[in-house]
Amino acid sequence: MNGIIQAATATPKAREAVLFAARYLPLLALAFVFLFPILFMLMSSFKPTATLLQHSNDFRAFLPVPLNELSLDNYREAFNRAPVRLFIFNSLLVTAITMACTLFLASLAAFALVFLNWWGRAVALSVILATMIVPFETRAIPLLLIVNNLPWFDGNRELITFAGVSLKGGWFNTYHVQIIPFIADALSVFLFVQYFKDLPKDLVAAARVDGANWFQVYARIVLPLSGPIFATVAILKFIEMYNNQFIWPNMVVQTEQYRPIMVGLQYFFQLNTAWGEIMAYLSIISVPVMIFYLLLQRAFIASIAATGVKG
Amino acid sequence: MARKSLLSSHNTAGWIFAGPILLLFSVFMILPFVMGFLLSMTNARLISPNPPEFVGFSNYQRMFDVAILTIDPIRDEAGQIIYDEGGQPTYPRTRNWTRNKEEYPQFFRKTEVFRFNALRGEKRKNVFLAREPSFVHAMKNTLFFVAVVAPLQSFLALGLALLINQKLPGINIFRAIYFMPVVISMIVVAFLFRLVYDAESGLLNNLLGGMTFGLIEPIDWLGQRSTALWAIIIMSIWQGVGFHMVIWLAGLQTIPATLYEAAKMEGANGWQRIRFVTWPGLRNTAILIMIIITMQAFTLFVQVAVMTDGGPLNSTTSLVYEIVRRGAVQQQLGFGSAMAIVMFLIVLSISLIQQWISRQRS
Repeated sequence: MNGIIQAATATPKAREAVLFAARYLPLLALAFVFLFPILFMLMSSFKPTATLLQHSNDFRAFLPVPLNELSLDNYREAFNRAPVRLFIFNSLLVTAITMACTLFLASLAAFALVFLNWWGRAVALSVILATMIVPFETRAIPLLLIVNNLPWFDGNRELITFAGVSLKGGWFNTYHVQIIPFIADALSVFLFVQYFKDLPKDLVAAARVDGANWFQVYARIVLPLSGPIFATVAILKFIEMYNNQFIWPNMVVQTEQYRPIMVGLQYFFQLNTAWGEIMAYLSIISVPVMIFYLLLQRAFIASIAATGVKG
Repeated sequence: MARKSLLSSHNTAGWIFAGPILLLFSVFMILPFVMGFLLSMTNARLISPNPPEFVGFSNYQRMFDVAILTIDPIRDEAGQIIYDEGGQPTYPRTRNWTRNKEEYPQFFRKTEVFRFNALRGEKRKNVFLAREPSFVHAMKNTLFFVAVVAPLQSFLALGLALLINQKLPGINIFRAIYFMPVVISMIVVAFLFRLVYDAESGLLNNLLGGMTFGLIEPIDWLGQRSTALWAIIIMSIWQGVGFHMVIWLAGLQTIPATLYEAAKMEGANGWQRIRFVTWPGLRNTAILIMIIITMQAFTLFVQVAVMTDGGPLNSTTSLVYEIVRRGAVQQQLGFGSAMAIVMFLIVLSISLIQQWISRQRS
């Protein structure tokens, strides 16, 4: 054994090759660790269940073989079993609206917190930051009571009847019950505040001297300088919303019409045997996110790194 | 002139700009928190004919109403311990104590959570009894999960960050791969790993069996108490480690390259450079990562809900899982809220300790 290594490392070129392999081998092994379940999911989604079970005995589980058995049948079946198009639409709609509202309202609030001097500013900032350590799960139960008693123009439950006029409300089984409680988000406000603090104050002051009102300062001076932070918050919010629509919709949405894609997984809970179909549905959920990630890889990683600078 | 206009007060504009989100914070963050605290002192149920009653701290008392019962093995007349067919000593049933209100009020209506060997006494056992066994299981499992995941995951993430921080061609591809599981929903991951861990046709058993030529018997990873929580731990680390790798990486890149060059000039080897240059430069990142992982680990829920439903025999139930199960599914709003407040207090104290530590450092 030693002889082989000596022989292999005798010439500088061979030595370099051994060093090269030594450096990349652990990296490759780890890459396999992180990729194998994903590969298994993607490859299996194209195989008939019988074939994929057979393949889980060896490395064919991670390869698109045999070619003649690969098909989109699992996807077709999944679309038949559940209203997948509706679920995808619901998920994207809820995610997009929440994201847009957070971007606008959080940046506007951060603008006020950084550039404006108003009564209550310091208290508002510390209250917002304090909410960061309250996990959503600890608020879920009272939140359930709150949304069940909030008014809404086409709510279905009678809340109060006074002098023959009844106030209707109750947010169960709607889109907005999945959107409005998630717009306020301390991390987003905080990231905007941190970013705005580093912007040159003189620009804002100069615009004021020129007669711009505060909204014009926000829209014409601060917004054009804030592309990177908008991208960061958008990515974080997208991932957080799209990936986690599970506990809450399970509690407040009983009708199929408003269900997000994650809750749709329940259609597949009962059939442990139809693996191919399950894999197809899991791929439908995660492939768009993975593509989105691969396209914007640098921005994604920068977003996560940004959350780490908050210490 | 410009300075002055910035410092003068802008109450109207300030409240108009920050008002909408402050309203949302009040209704959906602060109000539920205050309500949760009030609910925790009542016996409220979601759908109930009776109005909720104020019960003080009794929900909290129930939660921490625990006792330890010491039992001796059963002996025959000669004083010899009676063994069962399996060669194990036999013990009296705990219900002799837990159903006897007159003589043993301290054990009344409690249920066994686990038992362990007593320090003294031949084959003597201590039995941990609790009024709310599922809460004790949840607390025990959550603390165990946090105690394993927080150090292990941050350590592994640091290892990955050090590997990725090398200047090698194509290293960004590896960074992208290691980070990939982070963007996939934990719900999807948990579902996928149900199939990876499956006892009969699971990928893991098949691969282990294949690699050892059938030497390793198939294991029901999620179906037995000894492996279920570990299976969840390993999957959680697999999914989350890339997130913390990126934060470590950001910390690593703040260490000036000149420090490494200086260390090299003074003849420090690779390990010494890590020990004396990298590690001191990462102290703040380390505190931050520990706190992030700890807070994330405390909210363990999806994995349990998708993979095990808390089983087998409560071995994977978690605080959040119990909060949701008792509060939302069984609709015991009072007790569920009390558990949520206890969890909040734990998370709060951890974050206060973290702030205290970082103040000590700076």
